Order: sequence, then C-alpha cells, then structure tokens
Amino acid sequence: MKVTKIATAGSVDDGKSTLIGRLLYDTHSLTEDKLQAIEEKSKQRGFDYLDFSLATDGLVAEREQGITIDVAHIYFSTLNTSFIIADTPGHIEYTRNMVTGASTAQASIVLVDARNGVVEQTYRHFFINNLLRIKDVVIAVNKMDLVDYSEEKFNQIKREIEYLASKSEYQNQNITFIPLSALKGDNVVQASENMPWYKGETLLNHLEDLKLEDVQEESSTRFPVQTVIRPKTDDFHDFRGYAGKVYGGDLEVGDEILVLPSATKSTVKKIHFFNQEYQTAKRGSSVTIELQDDVNVSRGDMLVKTNEEPQIAKQVKATVCWMDKKPLTSSSRYYLKHGVNDVQAKITEISSVVRTDFSGKELSPSQLALNEIGEVELKLSKPIFFDSYEENKANGSFILIDSQTNNTAGVGFIG
Amino acid sequence: MSAKILKVGALESEAIYIFREVVAQFEKPVLLFSGGKDSITLVRLAQKAFYPAKIPFPLLHIDTGHNFEETIEFRDRLVKELGVELIVRNVQDNIDKGRVREETGKYASRNMLQTETLLDAIEEFGFDACIGGARRDEEKARAKERIFSVRDDFGQWDERNQRPELFDMLNGRIDLGQNVRVFPISNWTELDVWSYIEQERIEIPSIYFAHKRPTFIRDGLIWSAADDIVYREEDEQVEERMVRFRTVGDMSCTAAVLSTATDLETIVSEIRESSISERGARIDDKRSEAAMEKRKQQGYF
Repeated sequence: MKVTKIATAGSVDDGKSTLIGRLLYDTHSLTEDKLQAIEEKSKQRGFDYLDFSLATDGLVAEREQGITIDVAHIYFSTLNTSFIIADTPGHIEYTRNMVTGASTAQASIVLVDARNGVVEQTYRHFFINNLLRIKDVVIAVNKMDLVDYSEEKFNQIKREIEYLASKSEYQNQNITFIPLSALKGDNVVQASENMPWYKGETLLNHLEDLKLEDVQEESSTRFPVQTVIRPKTDDFHDFRGYAGKVYGGDLEVGDEILVLPSATKSTVKKIHFFNQEYQTAKRGSSVTIELQDDVNVSRGDMLVKTNEEPQIAKQVKATVCWMDKKPLTSSSRYYLKHGVNDVQAKITEISSVVRTDFSGKELSPSQLALNEIGEVELKLSKPIFFDSYEENKANGSFILIDSQTNNTAGVGFIG
Repeated sequence: MSAKILKVGALESEAIYIFREVVAQFEKPVLLFSGGKDSITLVRLAQKAFYPAKIPFPLLHIDTGHNFEETIEFRDRLVKELGVELIVRNVQDNIDKGRVREETGKYASRNMLQTETLLDAIEEFGFDACIGGARRDEEKARAKERIFSVRDDFGQWDERNQRPELFDMLNGRIDLGQNVRVFPISNWTELDVWSYIEQERIEIPSIYFAHKRPTFIRDGLIWSAADDIVYREEDEQVEERMVRFRTVGDMSCTAAVLSTATDLETIVSEIRESSISERGARIDDKRSEAAMEKRKQQGYF
C-alpha cells in the first residue's frame, strides 16, 4: 500500500486538531474505545462538542494547558493509501517543530481561518514549506461555515496566497486551494452541499490522488554506506557487502561506480535484499551491495555512478534553521551529520538572518537564536560529498549536534 | 538471472535502515523480545538488515513469569533457529529479593514491575541501545516518541525535551550512563504489522489464532481462566469460548477477543474491520489517561 506522509500547519485556533479529528472520524479510523474516551473527556470538561485534540495531545502538560507541545504522528488509512500525519504545534517553538514534521513529508496542509484570512503566521507556514521544497501544498481555508460559505471570501484568500507564492524562490510547487469546514465536515471527506461553486476535490480525495513519483523527484543515485557486512561463516567466507539505502535514482547490477572519498572505481556485482538477488534496486530501498573489486569501503563512504559525481568540499554554505536554546554563534564548533557521515564543523560566518515573512534579510547578525533561520558558512574537518538541497533532499541536508549536550541543535540545507 | 526489480516497501526500508544505524552507532545494542508479534516482526527485519550475517546482537526477554506457555516454547524455538544469544531476566527474582512489591487483588499485574528488571539488565550488561517494538499508533503518549529516544541513568523519558529528528538522520550521541531506546517500527500500524506477517509468512505463537479457551468476563473484557495467573472472583463464571489474543503481554493484563480467525488472512480482515483498538484490551492503559506517559517517565518501554 502507498504510504503518504503529510505535515500540517496552522495558527492557534485555526482548527487543526478539529480537521485531523474530522479526517479520522469520517474515515472511521477512530475505534469505539478511543471515541468513547474522547466523548467522556469532552463531557467532563463541559464541552458540548467532541474535542478531537484530546485524541492527539498525548502528554499531560498538553491536555492541561490545551496546547500541543511536541510533534505527534497520527495514522489512518483508506483503501489505497496509508497516511501518516505529523501534527505540529501552532505556537511554542513553532519553526523547530514544523521543520521537523515537514522534513519527511511529501505534502503539507496549511490552514487558514476564513474569517481572518492570510495572517502573519500564514506567511511563516508558507515560507517553511518553500524552504523545505515541499512539492504539494494544500491551502485549507477552514471555517467556511462562519463566513456563509462565501466564494468571494475564498477567492480573496486565494489571491493573497498567489501573490505570496509569486515572491517565493521555489516556483515548482503545486498549490491547491480547498474551502472547507472541519467542524461541519464540508469538503474534508464528504463533498460539501453548501458550496456548489467549488468544483474541486475534497481534501481526502486530493491527498489520495497525490502521485508519490512526482513528490520524490528523481535525481542522481547516491548510496551512503551505513555499515559493512562480513559474515565470516563457512558459506559466506569472503562475503563483503555494503549496507545502505538508495537515494536519488536507481542502482543496477553492472553500474560503474565511484567510491567516495577515495575515488576508486568499481562495478556493482550483486544487489542483495535478504536471501534474494536483484538486478535493480529502486531509490528508497535498503539493500546490500557487493562490488566487483576488492576496494576499501567503510561507513560514511558513498557510492555514486561514475558520470554523476556530487560536489566534494570542506567548506559549505547553507541555510540553517536553529533548534537549540543556546544560540548558534560565529566560530563555535559542532558535530555535523550529513546522512551517515560524521565530521566536525566550525561556523566561519553567519551571513544573515532570513525573515520568515518574506520581508527580506538582516545582514551580519551576531548569532542565530532558537527558531531563527539564517545563511551560514561552515568549515569542516573532512570533506563531505553533497548535492544542493534542491537537487537531492537527502544528500543536500545535514544536522548540527552540540558537542557538549549531544542535542540536535540545528538543521542545514545546502544552497 | 532475469531482470528482477526490488519493490520498495517504504516502512520495511525505513526499519532496516534504523537497524543498521543502531549497529553502526552503538557498541552494545540489544533487542527486547517479548515473544509478541511486534518483537517477532523486529527479528525478521533484523535478519533482513544483516543477511547473510547473523543478527549482531542478543535478544533480551524480561520475563514476568506470567507468560502464555505457547509464547515461551515459540521463543526458544526461534532463538535456536536463528543461532542468536537469548538473555532472560525474571521479574520474580526482584519480587523474591523484596526489591519490588507484587500487586494484589482484582487488577493485579506484573506489567509495571518489568521496568525495574529491565533497568537492572541494562546496567548489568552495559547496553547502550535497547531496540523495541513499540509503535506510535498504539497509544497517544507513544505518538510523541522519537525513533532514537534518549534515556538517562534511571531510564527516564524527558518527554518535553526530545531531540528533533530530521529526514533520515538519527543522532545516537549519548553520555556514559545514558542509553537509547530504539523503535524501528514506530511508523507501522497494527494493520501494517499483520499485513507484513501475512506477506512474509512469519510464524507466530498459536495464541494469536482463534482457539477454544476457558474464559470469564469482567468489565466487558474476556479473560483467560486456563490457569490461576489471572485473579478471578468466585462469582465470575468460567465458560469455554472461541478466542484469540491481539497482544501477548503479561497474561494478567491482556484480554482476549472473540474470533474465528484460524489463519493470517482472516486475522488481517478482522483487524481491518475491528472497531476496538489494540490496546483497548490492555487493562494497564485503562488505569488513567496518562498511564503510559507515567510508566515511560519511570523507564518503562
């Protein structure tokens, strides 16, 4: 079955939890015991409606304060698609959580309250979707019931977003506008009878019809080696297999490859998956590769096709989203994890802080604080083998780890 | 050789990738094995991740002493077939030593007591990564869990200060004394696990299939009366019913469901149609809305 990961974004009170609850409810994904628990708790709190956020706010502190603190993952499926929804908090540490939730998402839903239209938060949500190059973005114009299902109101919001999109650097995005009411169920799973002027799909139909092939855009094949498999048993005495996941493009037996960083050439001899051999490994598959020649390969090395070399450098420029309470400062040192390759990194320059409302940059800042996004230059202890984030998401991103606390402090997108 | 193209199973690929990261990033990993379907699925995924080499870490079973007999027989057979090391640590030992106190009465369970034995085992062997079969769809506190979840010396989960996980990158850096709980099938649902077991024809203990069993009813749930592990009051009448189990935790907190499913195909279609969640038959979660979060803070899986 097809698995589709979706990130959600919305300001406080845009009705994000209600929308997710509506999706679960109308697809019959809430089992009786869970529904019963929500009914009881809603009643106990004196609500005369079902508070679906109780289904997703998993921590005591979240339920006490009525807010979402941390990303939650929600699962439901229809006949042909398994959905994983990353429910990200609306306010606290917003950027950090949304970037995390959206990093593995194939599509994103941005909620807009029909009464308020496009607000400052909407800019931010839209900005992060652009930064992460999320191919499919749904603008869900919610609470249409509270504006009398007005087509004029919907079109006004559409125009504003389209203007915003025209200012974005990323022009290949598919933006879909859907007018809906999560509370009443209009256009979420069931088509609305209240908006005959809307001819498009319901939210669920649209999400089901997304083409995954479009989403994971094909590029050059990258095979970062996670670990070397050497069984040393009687049957497999000389076996030397390189275990990893295929990114970007496919890998085939007979492909001429280059081992990085040594630049040794060889040929793919066999592709193993468990106890079977295959001719082709599609991108996204976790396999074990045997090479024709006895070459030196270890964790962190990368196999690429001979005519598809990535960039190799000890200095990189990247857009960094900062996620730690301790700010990023110039000349500080971090561990940098690029895929499965670990190096040390020193920040040589913070060139700018990018404003997430499309209003430009602040040049030469002294630091990058929690939830800020900025352009940074780094010097590395060893070269990494990378593509730009635009060309290959997996091979164009890295994380920075604080060497004292071991916390994941930031994420970088190589420009 | 014909042009065989490997089909991508996104969830399977992700799990295999995670297993390989564990072995590459940690010195002493261990797989927590309960004999249940989730840990059996983990074992198959580990086999796939490292084939043709053997699974490069031992299995650890925290034995509550309240197991279904079939599960233990199954466990021993599987370990023999795989040729991996099995470590068993018993909750009973800690009860005998007086380190933990056994609950008594109607809802008595040893489920909570597992935590102490697990933490002891982690310390005894110096495990730095414990791989488990927990899934985010099981319970809403688990939905907040990371794939690499850092625990301190006391096994505590600091749920409000978790490391963000971006793309495929897993940060396994820890200080001495800390350990990481790893959940390779975080993103699987109960239905995904059953569909995978069906697709791979993975052998599972017989109690997962419908069978006749002496049972009694309490709080609308069906309990096993096959032996005296589950506390039963005299007026709770025993009757033979056709049942199967959806989870195989501690017998004293695991209820059965009525079923006629004697093969995997029927189980998968029953799960698809089911209107009760998997943990709806687990009394340990019904203690309070925050039961799971509290247990996790104390070092539970």
